[in-house]
Amino acid sequence: MTESGRSIFFSSKPSISACASIAGPKEGKGRFGDLFDIVLEEDLLGQISWEMGESEMLRRTAELCCKKIGLSISDAEAFLSGDLNNQIIASTFAARALEVPFFGLYGACSTFVESLLLGAMLVDGGYRKNALCAASSHFCTAERQFRYPLELGTQRPPSAQWTATAAGAVLVSHSSAKSIARITAGTIGKVVDRHIKDANHMGAAMAPAVCDTICAHFKGTNTTHKDYDLIATGDLGWIGKNILMELLKEHDLQIPDEKLIDCGASMYYAEQDTHAGGSGAGCIAAVTCAKLLREIEDSRLKRILIVGSGALLSWTSSQQGESIPGIAYAAVLEGEPNE
Amino acid sequence: MKSDMHNQKYDELVKKMTPNSRMLRGYVRAFWVGGTICCIGQALNLLGNALELTVMTSPMFTSMVLIFIGTTLTGFGVYDRIGRYAGAGSIVPITGFANSIAASAIEFRREGLILGLGSRLFAVAGPVLAYGISSSILAGLIHWGLGRIG
Amino acid sequence: MNEFLMFIKAFVVGGGICCIGQALIQNTNMTSARILVLFVVSGVILTVIGVYKPLVDFAGAGATVPLTGFGYSLAMGTLEAVNKYGIFGAFTGGITNTAAGISAAVLFGLINALIFKPKAKP
Repeated sequence: MTESGRSIFFSSKPSISACASIAGPKEGKGRFGDLFDIVLEEDLLGQISWEMGESEMLRRTAELCCKKIGLSISDAEAFLSGDLNNQIIASTFAARALEVPFFGLYGACSTFVESLLLGAMLVDGGYRKNALCAASSHFCTAERQFRYPLELGTQRPPSAQWTATAAGAVLVSHSSAKSIARITAGTIGKVVDRHIKDANHMGAAMAPAVCDTICAHFKGTNTTHKDYDLIATGDLGWIGKNILMELLKEHDLQIPDEKLIDCGASMYYAEQDTHAGGSGAGCIAAVTCAKLLREIEDSRLKRILIVGSGALLSWTSSQQGESIPGIAYAAVLEGEPNE
Repeated sequence: MKSDMHNQKYDELVKKMTPNSRMLRGYVRAFWVGGTICCIGQALNLLGNALELTVMTSPMFTSMVLIFIGTTLTGFGVYDRIGRYAGAGSIVPITGFANSIAASAIEFRREGLILGLGSRLFAVAGPVLAYGISSSILAGLIHWGLGRIG
Repeated sequence: MNEFLMFIKAFVVGGGICCIGQALIQNTNMTSARILVLFVVSGVILTVIGVYKPLVDFAGAGATVPLTGFGYSLAMGTLEAVNKYGIFGAFTGGITNTAAGISAAVLFGLINALIFKPKAKP
C-alpha cells in the first residue's frame, strides 16, 4: 500500500453535533480545569472499585453528550469506545448500562481518534445516522495495571507521565445536522516500533509513530502544516513532544513550536508534579471535547489536525522484555465556513 | 542491520532529550531520611534492651516495631509520599519492605481475600523472601561443607 | 556520650546504605522489588564473607535496619545453626532468626488491607 493511500476522505463531511468531557479532581486543578463540563469531586464516583468508577465516568460522559442536544442515549445508533483496562472493561461495562449497539476498540491512548475515524466512516458510509465516539482513562486503574500499587513508596523518573482521569465523548452525525465541527479527513496509523523498552518513557515510544502518521497524512492529503491552525498530539508529554519536533525536522518538517500542542503536556501545571505531563486515552478525548472543539465552534480555530497516539504494551509484554510499539491516528476537524 | 543503526540513533536522540534526575538532591534526601529511620531503629534497640526481652533480641524487636510503623503509615496513605520524596531512603530500610507488603495487599483487596489480598501480599515480599532465604541456606551449606574439609 | 555516638554512626551508615540504593534508582531505573532483592542477597553474601558483622558492631541499627540487615540476620542465623546442629541447621537457622520480622510483616500487612482502602493520589 502506498503511503498516500493511508489517508481517508469523508466526502459527506460528517458533523460533530455534540461533545462532552468529564475530568478527575487533579485534572480539574490543571490548566483546562474550567473547561471540562464536569470536574469530579472524588475518583471513585461512588462505585466499589476504580474500574467501575472509570466505567461510570465514561457512561456519564456518553449520556451527557447526548443530553446536550436534547437526545436520549437510546437515540445513539452506535457507541464506539475504548480504554486502557485489560479487555477494555470500562467501556464494555459502560455499554452494558447504556444498552446501545457497541463497538469495543483498543488503541491504547490513541483510542479516541481511532473511534472518531471509525464513527465518521459509519456515518459517512450511510450505515448509521449517528455514532457516539468515546474514550476514557483513569489514574488509579492504569497505575495498578501497568505499574505499582498506589500506596507503594517509589520515585517516578523524570520521563514518567501521569495517567489522566478523564473521559471525552462526541456524537458524530449525518452532515445535515447542526454541527460544532466537521470531520473531513483522517489517516490510519501504522504500528511503529523503534525499540524503546522503558515503560516509564511512553513519549519516546510513541513519538516515532506520531511522526510517521503526520508525514503520511501530509503526503496523503496533500497538505502541509500551513493548512492547519493547530496540530494537537495526544499524550507525548513534553519530553516526547521535543523528541517529535526533532524527528519532524529529520523529515524536513519545521512546525513552529506554538502550532503544535500536546494535550498531555499542557494538561497540568508544573507544580502538580506530574513530571513529563499527562497521559492516557482520556487526555486527548477530554481536551478535544473541552477545549479544541469549543475553539472551533467560536471560530477561533478553523481547521485543526488531532493526532492521538498509543503505546501498545501490556503488563505481560513488558515483563517478557519486549519493546513498546506505538501507533497514531490523525483526524482533521474543520469549522463551518463563515457565511 | 540498517534498522539496528536506525534504532541506535533514535536511542541517542531520546537520551539527549531526556533530562536526568536531580542527582545531588536525590542523594541528600535519601541520606537524611534513611539515616533518620536508622536512628529511630537505634532508639528502639535501646528500648528493647531496657525491656529485657527474653524471647527475642532487641534488633528483632526493632524490626517488628519498624514493620508495624511502615505498614500503618502505608495504610494511612503517608508512606508513598515519603517514598516520592526520599526514594531509596525509604525503600531500603525494613519499613520499605513493610510498605511493599501492605501496599500490594491494600490495592488488591478488591480481588478477594484469597487470590487478591492473600497472594498479592507477597508480590514484592515474595521474591525478597525467596532469594533471601535460598541464598542463606546455600551459604549455610557451603559453610558446613568448608567446615568438613577444613 | 557513647550512646550519642552510636546514633551518629547509625545515621551516617544507614544513610550511606540508602544512598547506594538511590544510585541504583537514578542510574539504572531499577524497580523497588529488584533493589530489595539485591540488598537482601548482598546482605547474605557480605555476612558470609565476614564483612557485615563488623559493620553491625560499628553502626548498630544503621546496619541492621536497611534490608541488607535482613540478609545479615538470615545468614547469621543459618551459620550459627550450622555450627550448632550441623547441616540441617542451614534449613532452620535463617527463618528462626528473622521469624519476628516476617510474622509481623505478614500479620500487619493483612490487618492493614482489611482496614484501609487505597487512596487516589492528588
